Amino acid sequence: MMADSGSSEEIAVIGNTDLISDESENNLINTMVERETALLRKMEINVTEAEKRSGKNTVNMQETYTVYLIETRLYNRPAETVPEGGTPAVPDTLWRRYSEFELLRTYLLVTYPYIIIPPLPEKRAEFVWHKLSADNLDPDFVERRRVGLENFLLRVASHPVLSNDKIFFRFLTEEKGWREAVLETGFQDKVDSRLKSLSAMFRVKNPDKRFTALKQYSDELNTVISHLLRVRARVADRLYGVYKVHGNYGRVFSEWSAIEKEMGDGLQSAGHHMDTYAASIDDILEEEEHYADQVKEYLFYTDAVRSVCRKHELSQYDLEMAAQDLAYKKQQKEELATGIVRVFSLKGMTSKLFGQESQEQREIRLAALEQSIQEGEETVKEKNAECQEFVRTAWEDIERFKEQKDKDLREALISYAVVQISMCKKGIQVWSNAKECFSKM
Amino acid sequence: MSEHTVPADLSGHMLDLDEDEDLEVFSKSTSLADGSSMPNSPSSMVNQYRLEEDDEEQQNGNTKDIFITVDNPESHVTAIETFIMYRVLTKTTRSEFDSCEYEVHRRYQDFLWLRSKLEENYPTLIIHPLPEKFVMKGMVERFSNDFIETRRKALHRFLNKISEHPILSYNQHFKVFLTAQELAPHRKQSAGFLSRMGETVRAVANSVRGLSSRPEEFTLMQEYLENFSNKICSVNKVTQRVIKEQREYLDELKQYSPTYVQWAGLEGELAEPLKDVASCVERCSKETEEQIQHLSQVLLPILHEYVLCGETLKAVMRRRDNIQAEFEAKNETLASKKADKEAMQVEVDGLADRVEMANNALKGDWSHWQNSMRTDLKSAFISTAEKNVEYYEKCLAVWELFLLSQRVEPRKELDEEDVS
Repeated sequence: MMADSGSSEEIAVIGNTDLISDESENNLINTMVERETALLRKMEINVTEAEKRSGKNTVNMQETYTVYLIETRLYNRPAETVPEGGTPAVPDTLWRRYSEFELLRTYLLVTYPYIIIPPLPEKRAEFVWHKLSADNLDPDFVERRRVGLENFLLRVASHPVLSNDKIFFRFLTEEKGWREAVLETGFQDKVDSRLKSLSAMFRVKNPDKRFTALKQYSDELNTVISHLLRVRARVADRLYGVYKVHGNYGRVFSEWSAIEKEMGDGLQSAGHHMDTYAASIDDILEEEEHYADQVKEYLFYTDAVRSVCRKHELSQYDLEMAAQDLAYKKQQKEELATGIVRVFSLKGMTSKLFGQESQEQREIRLAALEQSIQEGEETVKEKNAECQEFVRTAWEDIERFKEQKDKDLREALISYAVVQISMCKKGIQVWSNAKECFSKM
Repeated sequence: MSEHTVPADLSGHMLDLDEDEDLEVFSKSTSLADGSSMPNSPSSMVNQYRLEEDDEEQQNGNTKDIFITVDNPESHVTAIETFIMYRVLTKTTRSEFDSCEYEVHRRYQDFLWLRSKLEENYPTLIIHPLPEKFVMKGMVERFSNDFIETRRKALHRFLNKISEHPILSYNQHFKVFLTAQELAPHRKQSAGFLSRMGETVRAVANSVRGLSSRPEEFTLMQEYLENFSNKICSVNKVTQRVIKEQREYLDELKQYSPTYVQWAGLEGELAEPLKDVASCVERCSKETEEQIQHLSQVLLPILHEYVLCGETLKAVMRRRDNIQAEFEAKNETLASKKADKEAMQVEVDGLADRVEMANNALKGDWSHWQNSMRTDLKSAFISTAEKNVEYYEKCLAVWELFLLSQRVEPRKELDEEDVS
């Protein structure tokens, strides 16, 4: 239907440009310095508490949910100077529930499509090992979610672009009326429904190779991290079993010591150490859970990365469609002008069958086409600019993100090692004590 | 993604220790183990002896004058059967022995024979148990590596316990066992089977009669024994369970390390720390493997032996009771007899002596056994605790090294190749 040759020149040649290494380096330097944003310079943000509430929901049914207290403290100094902790004014507080965080995030996703938006902590507990409850109202889960929500806010507040958003600021400071304000922005209209369809494969002819690679990396990372978290949970479960079984030694040694004369004391005290050993695993695994949460954050980040890649695909697709459309119209004009029909068209067919149209009719049609072509050229120019802008801004954020990711995950691995070390030290102590007790048998 | 349900309490990990459970299964493997090598002189033997079994102390500071090892299990195949022969090496300076060195070969049946002779001769002495004949839990090969090695060690301990015993050590049958090239002729000579039969019959008869009164100290002994038996069984079960949990933990751990390697394959800067973590986890897996082995080979066998001891001791107490019952029965008969009292009086006196001898033997042996038990178990527990400390120390070193490498390493330069 469409001639491919001759039209490729009109399509934007963005896909194969690579940022030269200098530009890339500059981007990195800029984003690193901006870690402490204007917002964070003037305000301290904490999510300090969680509370259960009951109320009627939209279908008038009673429900229980959790609300989180957001505390913000404005530093009592001019915004330009970096405060040393600031004079703690009385904090402003407001309560928000998880669904409001979700609304904020959706708004950010739509408003800044080229930014990798920080993820929220999981809605429901996944990758549980047997001790942790999968219940959303479980205090441990709620606590970990509180930490996750605070982390989300800090991520947004420290982002060079997102931290300047007014709606975000109002989310932190205006309890009532925020919801209306968000809806008023009309962001819902900007939602591209095509993004929701996961299976849609848009045949993009010239995608930016970097985005293609990034999307693949993001998908692979998602798989790998999911697998890792699953196995870690199973390991934790088994380790829990090992430690807890030792509690039986405590019980039996205690009973046994009652019938022994010489061995009694040694056995009894060794038994206590066995109880200590069995109990120690709870704290250890709690600490390890924080490591898992750190890794999980990046699992959720992969969705955000994928989302940006998809948006690039869509913008590239729109550009290519516009260019294709333009090429078609130009073709039509040529046919009309020369009378040569190169491609089948209904008009051409009817012309053959029912005779050529009059000169007047032709000129009217030509004029309309000219107009259409002009508009088409404008559209292509626009889309081209949009696409380029998207690639530029997105890639800036992606470089920032990569830096952040490497740094954060390295820290996470270190914290994992710290947990292991703590576990080993406790183990050494307990068994050394036990050995001493046995020696007294 | 698997989601487990949460038990409301920890009852899944608290064992029901009153339940009767089968004993453990030995692992399958078809190659035979090599026995440990024999030292050349008594003094070097002392060293090897200490290395192999540090739980055995010298008796009251007396110098040991007899050293025995059991090693070199070898498979023997005849038309009728297949069995294992163990080499028993004895080195001694005792005058009763014609030579100072003996090398003989014995099979499990021979050990059984020896023990039953000793029981026959000393019904109220506490004779160390032998490893069980066969443990059937599913289809297990009788000649697996682990099974033979465990048995060999137990047989070794058995003979050494006998040699340490002030009375049993000088028993004729024991000497024959250690020295005769062919045991078969000696085995045929004993009328053990018949006398055991007689004993059983008498025992049944007496138990029907009941005991008039058991001396207090033996009642206390009996009570202690029941409790001890109970507790040692529990400790054994707990240990078995610990091993099981450790094995399951190890299985998961083995799958854990590869996930980090997989991830490293996707990354640039992050690849190295990820690979380092993977190798740390792998190292810890190996240490866990060793720890499990230690539990299985050092602690568990000793606990198992003392479970068997419990049964042995109960049998000893029963035999003592029977001896007393027999005397009492005859005594009663004597009292009600009108004539021919003299002949019977002699018999009764004889039985009275027998009772006294039996009681004294048991009393004497009781404290010997208790000391031995305390020493053995103490040593096994200490060894286990030491191994655990060692395990954690090794793992600690592994992770601290990782930490060091992460903190010292400078941040890589910005112009490093990016991931995409």
